[in-house]
Amino acid sequence: MENIERILKEHPFLEGMDEKHIKLLVGCASNVVFKAGEYIFREGEEADKFYFIRHGKVLVETFIPQKGPVIIRSRHEGEIFGWSWLVPPYKWHFDARAVELTRAIALDGKCLRGKCEEDHDLGYEIMKRFALIIAERLEATRLQLLDIYGNSSTK
Amino acid sequence: MATAQQNKKMVKGGPAYPMLVRPYAIRRISRETYDTFTYELTPPRGSGGVSFAPGQFNMLYVYGVGEVPISISGDPAKPQALVHTARIVGAVTKGIKRLKVGDSLGVRGPYGSSWPVEEAVGRDVVLVTGGIGLAPLRPVIYYLLINREKYGRIVLLYGARTPEDMLYTGELERWRGRFDLDVRVTVDRATGSWRGNVAVVTQLIKPAPFDPMHCIALVCGPEIMMRFTILDLEKRGVDYDRIYVSVERNMKCGIGLCGHCQLGPTFVCKDGPVYRYSDIRTIFTKREV
Ligand SMILES: Cc1cc2nc3c(=O)[nH]c(=O)nc-3n(C[C@H](O)[C@H](O)[C@H](O)COP(=O)(O)OP(=O)(O)OC[C@H]3O[C@@H](n4cnc5c(N)ncnc54)[C@H](O)[C@@H]3O)c2cc1C
Ligand code: FES
Repeated sequence: MENIERILKEHPFLEGMDEKHIKLLVGCASNVVFKAGEYIFREGEEADKFYFIRHGKVLVETFIPQKGPVIIRSRHEGEIFGWSWLVPPYKWHFDARAVELTRAIALDGKCLRGKCEEDHDLGYEIMKRFALIIAERLEATRLQLLDIYGNSSTK
Repeated sequence: MATAQQNKKMVKGGPAYPMLVRPYAIRRISRETYDTFTYELTPPRGSGGVSFAPGQFNMLYVYGVGEVPISISGDPAKPQALVHTARIVGAVTKGIKRLKVGDSLGVRGPYGSSWPVEEAVGRDVVLVTGGIGLAPLRPVIYYLLINREKYGRIVLLYGARTPEDMLYTGELERWRGRFDLDVRVTVDRATGSWRGNVAVVTQLIKPAPFDPMHCIALVCGPEIMMRFTILDLEKRGVDYDRIYVSVERNMKCGIGLCGHCQLGPTFVCKDGPVYRYSDIRTIFTKREV
């Protein structure tokens, strides 16, 4: 737990967060490991966690009939992924698969939602940080949709 | 700091007869992607290659069809082999595509300003590029690698639409193997076996290892990609006067006479295509300029 606390404290996502709030997060956190090729979650499953990647790489995918899995994003060491735990109906919209041995810290969404309800200061801190991540992802998705490079080999 | 004008001073010589079209012969054609090809050209018998500075372009003339500006994508230390990478989009580039090894292609140039390799001495250099934008930046990568000891960290961030749309894949692989060059590649989307990054190129900027306070950033790609790149460079703390962009406009004369390529009070063929961003910021972000 001491190790988890140190990692969370040093993570840029939680920069500036009160010690007591970090301690509350640690209460919902656990170390997890995924083997190369292992699915971390699949579309439609209950979204009960989010992850701080410590090492490794994760691909966020969706399945398109007749095309197979299409990779939408990759996530790397130091990044956070998963925000469906935050908004009803708390279900994953995509699949996530480790492409190499991946170590992460998992934060239990249900546990965290409960703590945010009890302590709105913590809730606000978490919301502020996730709002930033969601805004970043939205901007990136817009750019992806704009298809800025024009024609492609794989139309 | 060097201005675009001073950057032009790097160009040794320049064309003595700027409107003279010289017939080059196509020595080699390499397929980069389904619509992009690299052409290696040799000068007319008895004449030497023309030296150029990284970032400059030539007007390529397909006899009977027309002329287009295409950046030089080869090594400035080897001017004897003139290299261009062209994406086939319309009448003239389709004309280029019809040519075969041994055929003749008219060349005049080189024209325009160049990347600020002198100003970058002693600094980190971050190159952000997408799609065909890697072609005009490749000469500067060759230059930086030949003069490696003069620069700090060199970081190349390259985005393409899919893995199949990436240029110079063999070379990128070799560059990735070097310890003195940090190459990060990403695609907007991928299927199945791709194990690299999937993200828009701008998302490579935040985690990239360079000193934002002292680096020089060279940006080349579709204009919308450059605009978003500049926003993310700014978020990292890179000042506008250390960001350089390469701008494209339709051209005719290529030498500042006809006004076709006007960008605000400047002509892209003569004052550009490489501009310091702070010099053109107000016109760059204006519509229909
Ligand atoms: C300084 C400079 C350097 C350039 N360097 C390169 C280079 O290294 N490699 C390269 O492939 N191209 C480069 N270009 C772009 C190239 O000049 C154009 O693609 C070319 O002029 C198109 O001519 P065309 O007759 O084949 O097509 P056109 O018949 O003029 O156009 C056909 C279609 O293609 C579209 N189109 C035209 N130009 C572009 C463009 N730049 N990007 C996307 N779509 C376009 C048009 O809107 C039209 O729909 C450069 C342009 C400039 C100004
Ligand atoms: S192309 Fe004629 S002025 Fe630039």
